[in-house]
Amino acid sequence: MALDNVWVLAETGEAGPTSLSLELLTKARTIGASVTAVAWGGGAAEHAAVLGEYGATKVYDLGDTGEALPGAPVASAMAALVEGGERPDAILFPASYDGRDVAGRLSVKLDRPVITNIVGMSDDGLSTQHSLFGGSQTATARFTGEGPFLYVVRAKSFAAESAGGGPAEVVQTAAPEAGPTAAARVVSRHVEERSGPKLDEAGVVVSGGRGLGSADSYELIEQLAKLLNGAPGASRAIVDAGWVPYARQVGQTGKTVKPNLYLACGISGATQHLVGMKGSKHIVAVNKDQDAPIFSVADLGIVGDVHKVLPALIEALKSR
Amino acid sequence: MNVVVCVKQIPDPAAPSALDPVTHNLDRSGKLILDDSDSYGVEMGLQLASGDGDEVILVSMAPGGETSGLRTALAMGAARAILVSDDALSGTDSLGTAKVLAAAISRAEPDLVLTATESTDGYTGTIPAQIAELLGLPSVTFAKKIAVDGSTVRVERQTEAGFDEVECPLPAVVSVTAGVVEPRYPSFKGIMAAKSKPVDVLAVADLGIEGGQVGSAGARQEVTDVADAEAREGGEIVVDEGNGAERILAFLEELKVI
Ligand SMILES: Cc1cc2nc3c(=O)[nH]c(=O)nc-3n(C[C@H](O)[C@H](O)[C@H](O)COP(=O)(O)OP(=O)(O)OC[C@H]3O[C@@H](n4cnc5c(N)ncnc54)[C@H](O)[C@@H]3O)c2cc1C
Ligand SMILES: Cc1cc2nc3c(=O)[nH]c(=O)nc-3n(C[C@H](O)[C@H](O)[C@H](O)COP(=O)(O)OP(=O)(O)OC[C@H]3O[C@@H](n4cnc5c(N)ncnc54)[C@H](O)[C@@H]3O)c2cc1C
Repeated sequence: MALDNVWVLAETGEAGPTSLSLELLTKARTIGASVTAVAWGGGAAEHAAVLGEYGATKVYDLGDTGEALPGAPVASAMAALVEGGERPDAILFPASYDGRDVAGRLSVKLDRPVITNIVGMSDDGLSTQHSLFGGSQTATARFTGEGPFLYVVRAKSFAAESAGGGPAEVVQTAAPEAGPTAAARVVSRHVEERSGPKLDEAGVVVSGGRGLGSADSYELIEQLAKLLNGAPGASRAIVDAGWVPYARQVGQTGKTVKPNLYLACGISGATQHLVGMKGSKHIVAVNKDQDAPIFSVADLGIVGDVHKVLPALIEALKSR
Repeated sequence: MNVVVCVKQIPDPAAPSALDPVTHNLDRSGKLILDDSDSYGVEMGLQLASGDGDEVILVSMAPGGETSGLRTALAMGAARAILVSDDALSGTDSLGTAKVLAAAISRAEPDLVLTATESTDGYTGTIPAQIAELLGLPSVTFAKKIAVDGSTVRVERQTEAGFDEVECPLPAVVSVTAGVVEPRYPSFKGIMAAKSKPVDVLAVADLGIEGGQVGSAGARQEVTDVADAEAREGGEIVVDEGNGAERILAFLEELKVI
């Protein structure tokens, strides 16, 4: 352990800390002598038990940021802690919408560079791994200047494991007025409906791509996912085309998934898609093009038409 | 209204890319093109700044005085461009890039700054928030819909669960996702017109930025190693002759998924 004091930006929702936050806390335990979670949103105190269980001994509760987008006010509050004498050696940020905003703003406030898209880290917390060119190469990087080291880590890079720790001590901080930079406000929230398991937590993911031919055919993917008790996913091509919501997108700019089984239907296997699903335990692909790159990562590849193979599979599963 | 659109010029993603074996920087020696991710920002900017006296100004940092990508965006309809190009910028990290871009952007006195959520080649995704913080502006990232209403920008921002409607006073920085609008193809007339549109080329010193803030030294980080990742082995490939579904079924049974 080379680092004394490691902070984790812990995102929390109604259901508690996000799985990525718990993954970061788990890793923080191996790289730092002491782990502190930084949380906001008003409910931080309620989450002290879970944050403690995963390794945080202290939680800085930045309080409720209200309707402001969190990036600016959370970064201001964290900068104030550092300026007030706190000395984190490293801060782990989730590679999420708000996590990236906070990291970017804090890097300017502290004038420290950021290392992003981390998929692995040495146990001393000083070098990081990055997946390049669709996962065909791995780069190792490190900071050469002074800390705090700002690390932005991708989901599913580490497995979350409970440390069995007691509740973390909650330290309330005064959220400083972030001023005009915090002027962006959420006026309403829209939640897209979902049934079945969450995409990034499902044991089975069935994804569809442009090879489905039309938005209507995505129904095949949904049916199949339901029959296998899995979650439906998608390539960016059909998200951009408006066939399915972004929340379904798998890949570099979407979700990283590592299910037991990933079934790719009518997806070519572009590098940006592969980085999001290559870590799946088992991969099955259906594509009419024998040379589609998706076959190079598939345990079982079916060269065929999704409109023939999928309906037959659905029928067979229904009749079992 | 002045809209600044940040456009990155990158090596063609269709061509095989590589890191320089010595410096571990991305090889940017070939011709650079407009990052496709930025074509959405350009289109959005053109749609929002379509009134009399409105202007879309491009800002780019790229080596070798590269303007190919800028010309594409100018051909789409942007009025002019500011390009920062300087040998001292080789190896610059995202924070250094943001410092350069912010300094160039402030020259254009924008009401709105648009970027993509992340670039295709570096994809750190930190530049939008960094630029906003450097300029002292609010920001809304991951916009999938944008409308300007007087001095307010209204954005539908992607979230894990769906989207949020966000309101933000101008000036502001907004990062857009692919799909926010359908980018137009440059017309022949546009391509011809782009050839004579002004491109202001600046060096780091012109922006009042100290050399130590940028380049490899300013990055304060280094790539120490690049290695081939463990390749995932391809498995069995079966040509469907009416038996494809059966084969998948058998595999699912083997895995005990069913
Ligand atoms: C910066 C950046 C980020 C990106 N991020 C992502 C990301 O997060 N996720 C992502 O998925 N992509 C991402 N992309 C896009 C990616 O490069 C590809 O364009 C995209 O994944 C292609 O989607 P697709 O496979 O559905 O479509 P295509 O590439 O068009 O492939 C369709 C496939 O369907 C097959 N097919 C056609 N008809 C049939 C049929 N009847 N039966 C069976 N097969 C059929 C074809 O042979 C083909 O292989 C990103 C790109 C960039 C530049
Ligand atoms: C594989 C790889 C990994 C890297 N990892 C890191 C890292 O971990 N940390 C780090 O500090 N640097 C990293 N870099 C360097 C970094 O990509 C460059 O510093 C780059 O100039 C800016 O970052 P970005 O493209 O990743 O920005 P992003 O934040 O992904 O870009 C968002 C948007 O900002 C605008 N923008 C970005 N750059 C420019 C530009 N030059 N001109 C105009 N507009 C622009 C575009 O609209 C772009 O879509 C990496 C580079 C590579 C090739």
